[in-house]
Amino acid sequence: MPAALSVKQLRKVYPNGVVALKGIDLVVPEGEFFGLLGPNGAGKTTIIGIVVGLVNKTSGTVEVLGHDVDTETSQARASVGIVPQEFNFSIFEKVINIVVDQAGYYGIPRSVALPRAEKYLKQLGLWEKRNSAARMLSGGMKRRLMIVRALIHEPKLLILDEPTAGVDIELRREMWVFLKELNTAGRTIILTTHYLEEAEQLCRSVAIIHQGEIVEQGLVKDLLSQMHIETFVFDLEAPLTSEVEKLLANFGVQKVDSHTIEMSLGKDETLNDAIAALNRLDIRVRSMRNKANRLEELFLHLTKKI
Amino acid sequence: MTTREMWVAYMTIVRKESVRFLRIWPQTLLPSVVTTTLYYVVFGTFIGSQIRGFGDFSYIQFIVPGLVMMAVITNSFSNVAGSFFGSKFQKSIEELLVSPITPFLVVAGYVTGGILRGLITGVLVLSVSLFFTHLTIHSLILTVVFIFLTSLLFALAGLLNGIYAKDFDGVSIVPTFVLTPLTYLGGVFYSISALPPIWQKISLWNPILYMVNGFRYGFLGVSDVGVGESLFILMSLSVALLFANIYLFKTGRGLRT
Ligand SMILES: Nc1ncnc2c1ncn2[C@@H]1O[C@H](COP(=O)(O)OP(=O)(O)OP(=O)(O)O)[C@@H](O)[C@H]1O
Ligand SMILES: [Mg+2]
Repeated sequence: MPAALSVKQLRKVYPNGVVALKGIDLVVPEGEFFGLLGPNGAGKTTIIGIVVGLVNKTSGTVEVLGHDVDTETSQARASVGIVPQEFNFSIFEKVINIVVDQAGYYGIPRSVALPRAEKYLKQLGLWEKRNSAARMLSGGMKRRLMIVRALIHEPKLLILDEPTAGVDIELRREMWVFLKELNTAGRTIILTTHYLEEAEQLCRSVAIIHQGEIVEQGLVKDLLSQMHIETFVFDLEAPLTSEVEKLLANFGVQKVDSHTIEMSLGKDETLNDAIAALNRLDIRVRSMRNKANRLEELFLHLTKKI
Repeated sequence: MTTREMWVAYMTIVRKESVRFLRIWPQTLLPSVVTTTLYYVVFGTFIGSQIRGFGDFSYIQFIVPGLVMMAVITNSFSNVAGSFFGSKFQKSIEELLVSPITPFLVVAGYVTGGILRGLITGVLVLSVSLFFTHLTIHSLILTVVFIFLTSLLFALAGLLNGIYAKDFDGVSIVPTFVLTPLTYLGGVFYSISALPPIWQKISLWNPILYMVNGFRYGFLGVSDVGVGESLFILMSLSVALLFANIYLFKTGRGLRT
């Protein structure tokens, strides 16, 4: 069975000389829920643009479900649906027309497209808006409109470039459920996001890309278990005295302010040890939390060291 | 794509394009009707009555075919240039770029939209002329062939312009500084035989001269240039522009980064 997406030695140099991709290798098996993570300007949108036909690559090969985008362009295009990062529909057009016309470009007649559009517009809560011009939709609705548009030809691979940017928490969770269902029903999903909690919730595997290169790639659970340290923030009941502060510094504990400290624990250290140590120093902890979620820490670690 | 899928995809664009210009008809169909009516009134009736006609025909009969051509040219051109540039500007062109639709179908779809608007305005403008004069038809087939080929050619040219245009100025420059002068100098209002020899020679380089004369020949049976020659020029230019457009679409010139 061919991979949903196979990218080999992909390079992109923009006409202005920016080297956006420096030889990307990426394989996303069918049925995967895959996260493409990386800071602003890492090259995520560029990769996606090349896969779906919005950006010309400089070199390398890209196959969508075994179809080379250069030689089997139309099969490759028909196999993928894209929800772009930026709105790219005519704002004067009616919601229903945007969706049904998109089906038309894939050769799907209106008689087939209309019931399908109804199904997805209802699922994403846009059916009542079907006769509104797209400019009348809220930001979150526009994004959902683009999801419906991307699904109208029932692609096997769905790519979403920051689908939950600017979407409120409740709606974001609804979207997660919707995407998970799509994935369970057999669709491969590739998603980029800046919310690492989202990646941790949804994705089975991720690639972390930084300055046009993949710096880490694998199953989320493997990547997390590789993490050697985890940082905790402790809120203290009483202010730190300067002697205690010096003492703590020897243990690699960082002072944030007079009532807050940060402590990084290795894999072999337990929270019990940490609390016991603080007890010995007569430091009373009022509350405690993770500094960041663990994927976030891995991410920061990987994208800062370079 | 199968043939049937290709047909659906093509008709999607045609339908969308037609709905667009019909919905905004006060901006698309009406202006040409108004300006051409003014030409009929001023040049045809007020001034035309002072001007000697051409052969058996009155001056207004002489200028009607040229004015119809003028409407067809501007409308076919600006429909495609404007609509295509608009979809580039709003980035909705990406809807086509990510789909399996072939470059030929995209070109054909947009161009058909432009031809439809060109023909509809052409027919409207021609109908209005009936209030001012009566029409004679020398060859119905030739009038139809010329009006069709002219709208085809300028729809293709409009698409080329839309692909290259980087801003709104880019789509208004060509009609104002190229199409209008060439049309005025293309024998709409006069026969080039009335010009000094040097200007006659120069006029022969103007492609619009051939369209105006070919179309007029269909009505009046008189022309400054050979009808066969005119057909040949129209067809070769159309074929060249068709391939240029398809090529630009394939390589993604101005569309993909
Ligand atoms: N059209 C373009 N012309 C020139 N350079 C570009 C173009 N598009 C992107 N770039 C550059 O390519 C690099 C990668 O951009 P890209 O949009 O792929 O990043 P990204 O990972 O999607 O970032 P973000 O998270 O902000 O969306 C950046 O340095 C960007 O400035
Ligand atoms: Mg991006």
